[in-house]
Amino acid sequence: MTTRYFGQRIKRNEDPVLLSGRALFTDDVHLPDMLHVAFVRSDHAHGRIVSIDVEAAREREGVVAVYTAADLGDYWQPGPLLVPPPPIEGIVFNARTQVPLAKDKVRHVGEPIAMVVAESRYIAEDAVEDIFVEIEPLPAVVDMEKALEPDAPLIHEDLDSNLAAHVVQTKGDYEKAKAEADVVIRRRFYYNHGIAAAMENRGMVAHWDAKTQHLTMWDTTQAPIAIRNGLAAMLGLSTSQVRVIAPFIGGGFGPKIMMFYPEEVLIPWAAMKLNRPVKWIEDRRENFFATTHERDQIHWAEIALTKEGRILGVKDTFLHDTGAYDPYGLTVPINSQCTLLGCYDVPNYYSEFKAVFTNKTLVTPYRGAGRQHGVFVMERLLDIAARELGLDRNEIRRRNFIPPDKFPYNNEIIYQDFVPLVYDSGNYEPALNKALELIGYEQFVKEEQPRLRAEGKHVGIGVVAYVEGTGIGPYEGARVQIESNGMVNVATGIGTQGQGHFTSFAQVVADQLGVDVRKIRMVTGDTAEFHWGTGTFASRGAVVAGNAIHAAAAAVRQKILKLASQELEVAEEDLELGDGKVWVRGVPDTAIDLGTLAVKANPLRGAVKPGTEPGLEATAYFGPERGATANGVHAMIVEVDPETATVQIKRYVTVHDCGRVINPLILDGQIHGGIAQGIGNAFYERIIYDDNGQLLTASFMDYLIPTAMEVPPIEIDHVETPSPLNPLGTKGAGEAGAIPTGALFAQAIEDALAEYNLEIREIPLSPNRLFELIQEAKAKKGGA
Amino acid sequence: MSEQMTIRVTINGKAYERTVEPRLLLSDFLRHECDLTGTHVGCEHGVCGACTVLFDGLPVRSCLMFAVQAHGHEVTTVEGLAPEAPERLHPLQEAFWEAHGLQCGFCTPGFLMTLVPFLEQNPNPSDEEIREAIAGNLCRCTGYQHIVSAVKLAAAKMHPDPSLRETR
Repeated sequence: MTTRYFGQRIKRNEDPVLLSGRALFTDDVHLPDMLHVAFVRSDHAHGRIVSIDVEAAREREGVVAVYTAADLGDYWQPGPLLVPPPPIEGIVFNARTQVPLAKDKVRHVGEPIAMVVAESRYIAEDAVEDIFVEIEPLPAVVDMEKALEPDAPLIHEDLDSNLAAHVVQTKGDYEKAKAEADVVIRRRFYYNHGIAAAMENRGMVAHWDAKTQHLTMWDTTQAPIAIRNGLAAMLGLSTSQVRVIAPFIGGGFGPKIMMFYPEEVLIPWAAMKLNRPVKWIEDRRENFFATTHERDQIHWAEIALTKEGRILGVKDTFLHDTGAYDPYGLTVPINSQCTLLGCYDVPNYYSEFKAVFTNKTLVTPYRGAGRQHGVFVMERLLDIAARELGLDRNEIRRRNFIPPDKFPYNNEIIYQDFVPLVYDSGNYEPALNKALELIGYEQFVKEEQPRLRAEGKHVGIGVVAYVEGTGIGPYEGARVQIESNGMVNVATGIGTQGQGHFTSFAQVVADQLGVDVRKIRMVTGDTAEFHWGTGTFASRGAVVAGNAIHAAAAAVRQKILKLASQELEVAEEDLELGDGKVWVRGVPDTAIDLGTLAVKANPLRGAVKPGTEPGLEATAYFGPERGATANGVHAMIVEVDPETATVQIKRYVTVHDCGRVINPLILDGQIHGGIAQGIGNAFYERIIYDDNGQLLTASFMDYLIPTAMEVPPIEIDHVETPSPLNPLGTKGAGEAGAIPTGALFAQAIEDALAEYNLEIREIPLSPNRLFELIQEAKAKKGGA
Repeated sequence: MSEQMTIRVTINGKAYERTVEPRLLLSDFLRHECDLTGTHVGCEHGVCGACTVLFDGLPVRSCLMFAVQAHGHEVTTVEGLAPEAPERLHPLQEAFWEAHGLQCGFCTPGFLMTLVPFLEQNPNPSDEEIREAIAGNLCRCTGYQHIVSAVKLAAAKMHPDPSLRETR
């Protein structure tokens, strides 16, 4: 091989079209005769639909159709249960999935009630105003704790309560461990993870070709194959009659996988019914209540330790808000339950949660997907324990890290991928040491902090650790094909939302085939090009699709060698590949272009040997037995102004281990972006509902996404512990940056405000909330 | 809303004449009437900056303007930065490519259109000045760091005279 691309910081193949405004996003699809949709959505969190008057809307010029649930007939069905509950003993799970248009009841603000199809979006929105929906309001269930009280109003009246799920998982015997403990710490924690707020809202364009009986849909989905399969089933079509294209997607971060959204069910149906192309593009306001959230959990957690700070056991009971419906199963709370254990050797664990229906937008995974909540609880418990035991916060972590010789490490509980949570590999202490060194921990706490404190500045440092379960199954696939012009086509089923797949996957192929990485045409997310697969989620692209692509490319390499050995009449071992050619080692004159060889692999005359497949092409699949566990340490120095309660990040350091790295440039970008979202989650972003279930933060003026002024430069270093579970040794990296930031803010702010003796047990904070906490601490101090 | 107005707008040096409703947003006009879909719409309430275009050379949010307000004016969109793209890019686009200043690429046209006039006014900006300049553009993917690096790189590319590249 002449060039090795794996591990190189190479710039991305997909960028020129994106940079020049020539990339195709869903809203860029324009078709002749296309119609446009707007929705009437519920203004009430909970209520009975008394009547819907659509007559005036139907009469408006330019309106083609108005549909309510009644107009859908048999097509009206609750959506599919996308993720069934994992096989955990004694599990209770009440599946209640969302409906295309609300029929008798509305269960959250923003739930669609009627759909207007018109000649333009402007007319469609005018017609939405013409529609009168009479709703008899019911008391809204907003508070998770009150939702389970016996007299709480029922969101799903066929259930006895608002309980969506009840899950208990245990390892060892916590109560026995507690009895032997020197110290037991118990606290209540609150963690609210907000919304993804991808810069591109959702949208879809559906085109039914009646002559060929074929449906095409462009969709901002992270899982086009699942959507294709589902649509075919719902619409009574063969999967080969449906093509779903996820073109360039303006950020996903989780919620764009939540198939099936009501709009995904309705837009293609309307296109077929009206026999015209139909487009719907979500606006930002809709995105706040019609695209899924992640939101909150309340934890009552307990940790039992020896006086040396060794963890004997952890007990955690929590409530999880799942919103009005739960089609995505228990992925988020199971992730919280599992990720809480973190990098630590916890011999005894009792974890119990109840998922609760509320009159709010649905909860599904958003970058981190519940892992934040678990990491926050564990890291906070360790900080509080360290304080109580008089231990250094790093020392308590060091004493409890799973040692490198204990891998694979079995946590003995079931993870979101339905198999036991077994960490494949890891080496945690070097990551901590590197982070401490990089941020200059010793120097800061011994010299700088005392000096700055003497000057009256409130500076603090935080250091936290986390793991991330990544790269879960079931599988992905890929096809690699060399064309007669020497170009290489690669297709995989997952969609891409900015992760750089067009480049990182091309790097894997280029190395196998000895071709220029720029000569690889990568297609992701088009079911016409590759139609088996699962989707882009759970930091699994580089692991699962990456290894499938690697396997397909390796199979093509074998075909090249076999055919070239026949053509050149030498043994395969004597051949070399590079620069898009194959030649006999030491005899460059014998070189054959791979394009020429591809032509020979597809003969037009004569006979081929029995069993010969045409082309230099191969398809392969990869499914890991379980996920690969990545990990990292984040450290941060902050300065807090106790008067204004603003927090300024002075330094931010991260040391990350995601196994072998395909493209460090892309990886750095993933980490930066994750941390920016983590900072938003920790200090700026907050979903606020009032007591009636009205969402008060449904614009970018109320829900604050960090800008370049809030996100500091981030210093990154790596540890590389390959995963033994896949040939490339990769682990996922997409969500890592976002996971430990809340815990980090809490620790660093407490340190900065050490004189007030704060104990931060909630995220998100904000200047307002931090100011309140400071006032409470001052009052307590004054009163003591 | 059947009232229509005929407007003439010069976009990327080319004259466009269209008959539109007075309420049509400039962003929708560019995207859906002129098929210049490089200008993206992220929030339609003037916060995210994805729809930024140059209006007589100055950056504006095209979602906060009506198309009729552009009558007789010059608009530059991302498509106008490099007419021979994607083969040949503007130096700022080149710098974004090299520094990995984009991920999903949805917000990118807005950043570019904010930064082109910024770099004309301030050819050698500090990190802090760059961060302030882009504080009105939201990006959810990059964490902004590589965007800042890209702007530094672009400043160097666009002013190859070393005397203009003194470090700050």
